[in-house]
Amino acid sequence: MLPGAYAKAMEWRAEGILLNVRRHGEHAAILDLFTKDLGRHMGVLKGGASRKMAPLLQPGAQLDATWRARLDAHLGAYSVDLIRGRAAEAMDDRLSLAGLSAVCALLSFALPERHAYPGLYARTLALLDGLGADRWPEAYLTWELALLEETGFGLDLSACAVTGATQGLAYVSPRTGRAVSAAGAGEWADRLLPLPGALMGLAGGDPVEVVAGLRTTGHFLTDRLAPALGEKPLPPARQRLVDLIALRAQPRST
Amino acid sequence: MADAPKDIEALIEIMARLPGLGPRSARRAVLHLIKKRGPLMRPLAETMTRVADTARECLNCGNIGTADLCPICTDDKRANGQICVVEDVADLWAMERGGAFGGRYHVLGGTLSALDDIGPEDLRIPRLVDRVTAEAVTEVILALNATVDGVTTAHYIADAMAGSGVSVTSLAQGVPIGGELDYLDDGTISAALRARKAV
Repeated sequence: MLPGAYAKAMEWRAEGILLNVRRHGEHAAILDLFTKDLGRHMGVLKGGASRKMAPLLQPGAQLDATWRARLDAHLGAYSVDLIRGRAAEAMDDRLSLAGLSAVCALLSFALPERHAYPGLYARTLALLDGLGADRWPEAYLTWELALLEETGFGLDLSACAVTGATQGLAYVSPRTGRAVSAAGAGEWADRLLPLPGALMGLAGGDPVEVVAGLRTTGHFLTDRLAPALGEKPLPPARQRLVDLIALRAQPRST
Repeated sequence: MADAPKDIEALIEIMARLPGLGPRSARRAVLHLIKKRGPLMRPLAETMTRVADTARECLNCGNIGTADLCPICTDDKRANGQICVVEDVADLWAMERGGAFGGRYHVLGGTLSALDDIGPEDLRIPRLVDRVTAEAVTEVILALNATVDGVTTAHYIADAMAGSGVSVTSLAQGVPIGGELDYLDDGTISAALRARKAV
């Protein structure tokens, strides 16, 4: 029996975050759902391409889904109920909408199907529920760190890879993902990635620090995670979000 | 049941690929056309051949016409300084059915989409920016779908227009004519409430 989900042979019921919807034929749609205990799971929703369903099936929606199939290997069919829609609220604010798109696109990009990530699911839920909050970009950066961690490309920011020092950490090695102190970096400093306080939860919401942190996580998403997934390009939704955060980080002219 | 002759089967197969038709309905449609060969099938075939030879996208706005410039772009009365941006030609036709808009259009040919990897360079956004300057446009009306991709595209276009001095507006969202609140989704009700107006 799956914890937190009602399941029997080739049928389960669980809550999930809708990552994307792809039209399937004229009337149906294939849903890509991220659930706590089953991870990313696809299925066909009959009538999913209808006008009636369109408002419910926007990315980020929290759905109560039942999945059925004759064999486990089959794509299977969904029936869904909306628990909470997030797109309508996010549409009022550029950053929220870009954030919603980036989170859904990155999950769809990075996670394998049918592999549970309960920790990442809980963090994603909290992140999406906090859309529009003042320090949301900082929370997003922390979420990207968690995504890297869960997919096997986590950063080790506990101590300097060269000296072992735990203080004065200023860089991240682009190869190993380990922290490096200013003293340990020496003449290699210009080849290392920045380690802003935001990556260690110290920034206090400073958007400049968040942008610097996103530059570092972006390196590992592009140069480590993407090649492992078959050189798929990183979803452009992430870059749009980073551009918007960077725009807000710029000093406003009076 | 014996199959129809090879040519007729081929026609049924092609018809079955049309939206709204399946193999059975395509078979019925073909049978009907064959029975009405003179008054229906021949004019249909001739018209389809003619349209297949002449139909093309308007070089200016992306609408479908039979000349390099569509009738809307060549009509001087439509040059009122307003451009309505739509996702697809079907949306343009829907706007024209209402008859409420007297300006010109710009068909993007889609929306930005992370899933389908459609970026700004895949849409007619650069051409829209050129038109705003060339046609002395004062207002760009974004009539895009109220979906995550549609609104993301609207934000992108608004950003691209920033600093041009052009007013960028979008269609209102809310209760449709004849709509009942009980049947509306939460998001639409929230949007309608936020966009409420004095009566």
